[in-house]
Amino acid sequence: MKQIETIIKIENLYAGYNNIPIIENINFKVFKGEVFVIIGGSGCGKSTLLKNMIGLLPPISGNVMILGENLSQAIGKEKNRILQKIGVAFQSGALFGSMTVMENVKLVLKEFTSLPDSVMDDIVWLKLKLVGLEKAVFLMPGELSGGMKKRAALARAMALDPSIIFLDEPSAGLDPTTSAGLDHLVMELASSLGITFVIVTHELASINAISDRIIMLEKDAKTIIATGTPEQLKNDHSNPYVYNFFNRTIHKGEK
Amino acid sequence: MNFLPEFIVSKDSHGTRISITGRLDAKGTSNLWQAITKKISSCDLSNLTLDLERVNYLDTAGATLIYHIEKLVRTRGVKELFIVNLKQEFSPLIELAKSIKQKDFSDQIPKKLSFVDNKGKNLSDTFSETKEFITYIGEITWALIQSLKHPKTIRWADTFLVAERAGVDALPIVALISFIVGLVMAFQAAIPMRMFGAELYVANLIGIAMIRELGPLMTAIVLAGRSASAFAAEIGTMRINEEIDALTVMGLDPIRFLIVPRIIALTIITPLLTIFSNLVGILGGALVITSLGYPIISYYNQIASFVEWNDFVGGLAKCFVFGILIATSGCIRGYQTQSGPSAVGVSTTRAVVTGIILIAVFDGIFSIMYYYLGV
Repeated sequence: MKQIETIIKIENLYAGYNNIPIIENINFKVFKGEVFVIIGGSGCGKSTLLKNMIGLLPPISGNVMILGENLSQAIGKEKNRILQKIGVAFQSGALFGSMTVMENVKLVLKEFTSLPDSVMDDIVWLKLKLVGLEKAVFLMPGELSGGMKKRAALARAMALDPSIIFLDEPSAGLDPTTSAGLDHLVMELASSLGITFVIVTHELASINAISDRIIMLEKDAKTIIATGTPEQLKNDHSNPYVYNFFNRTIHKGEK
Repeated sequence: MNFLPEFIVSKDSHGTRISITGRLDAKGTSNLWQAITKKISSCDLSNLTLDLERVNYLDTAGATLIYHIEKLVRTRGVKELFIVNLKQEFSPLIELAKSIKQKDFSDQIPKKLSFVDNKGKNLSDTFSETKEFITYIGEITWALIQSLKHPKTIRWADTFLVAERAGVDALPIVALISFIVGLVMAFQAAIPMRMFGAELYVANLIGIAMIRELGPLMTAIVLAGRSASAFAAEIGTMRINEEIDALTVMGLDPIRFLIVPRIIALTIITPLLTIFSNLVGILGGALVITSLGYPIISYYNQIASFVEWNDFVGGLAKCFVFGILIATSGCIRGYQTQSGPSAVGVSTTRAVVTGIILIAVFDGIFSIMYYYLGV
């Protein structure tokens, strides 16, 4: 039987701003190689949780363990060392506007490796080919479409071959076809490279297509109200909020 | 054609009847509102019938008017209000108007702060902002020390690029301002000095003023306006576009990556620009002196014999500090950029204001220090 390895562990996490928690008592584990999705309505604390998981926001209390190391307690060089093991693609792409797509992806390689320039170029080409951007290598971020920006951000997040990639709202602002293309890409990368994905989204189609496991946050409860596979949550009649989220079928003319 | 709505008041066996005709949209309703409410407030009412048969359009504004009439009628003690001939398609909107009005929004209205509360809040905000500013200065100082210890970690390509943009590109504006300052100062000084036959001593004034004070100060103010604002805008935009967050999660220190190159670049180019400014300012003075009939060599000899190396070095020492202050204020204000459409504009303004204030304060400190040191 395949060994299940815990790659991220969140323990008793209380997170928010100015010491006022938005989410409380969060506990879950993410296993190696799975596509783990964090869902919930607007304002439920998904982004706050993500910011804690990627070290942009310190928790009020609790621990964020990444690959066995406590990111929430780490500072300075120690924190940077842990962060180099993960990749993050932001909702807007957050590409550096003054650099080409290639330079964006190459940046971390230049900073953290001493590889020859030509080798770095090869690695960048490979990453861009993986995300289908081999024809946009020398374009500036301003010249890319929304979907291309997200692909470039994904390539940049993969630059150092991290074992975990966090995606913040990858489908936001994309048409269904582009969004489905991105979902395919995530599934391919997860299966071929064994990358663990942690995705924050509320795009139902994406959730159903790519997620292995889901946690659902709720604004009033301030915590996780459901955990499971998409099938489990879809058939969960015990919580009307969860059921309605997965089974929203309002037709024209219905009240 | 859209006619403005009208109403007719009549009396029948059931009491008063108000018949409204036309479109009850925002424009029509606003036209009707005052007249109809005035009429209802003033006329004698026992029972009221509101006939909406001839209302051919009604939107949320019209629905609000109907609801308002209903409320007004109730306060006037009317026994019965009949709304008749209301078209079926309009009734959901009127129900909506009623439901929204019945909700109580009072608990959501933000509390108005009293004068004292407001001042207290401002003071508290200023304290936390100052604390944040000092924290950033600490972090920047540490990053600078680390970078100087390990010069290989400095992003030299970025540093030279910033030096070019802030330095070489600023040459024309620095030249223009310094030349005019030198010229005007020489003219103004020549008038009273002529009375004593001491026009040549204008050279002493120009030399000492430009080298010790005006050269460094003019250059610093130009850089504060030009480069501090540019730094704040660049870093502020990166903050808004999540580029700084992206750097952080890549394990790259944004201070080392963005701020250190800018500070090093400005610290190097400020003294160089100041030397250029001194020369051009002195040239401005030379133009006046030669126009007064003195040979240029006399002007040069006068300055060379009066201005000492101490003055020159003292002026340059200030520039190093001014360069650090300008770059730091621009970068920190950019780094502090909040979200919102005016955020970058606010940061840019604050960068220039902070830069100029710091330059003025430190210029004063240097003057006192030089006085006691005898420089």
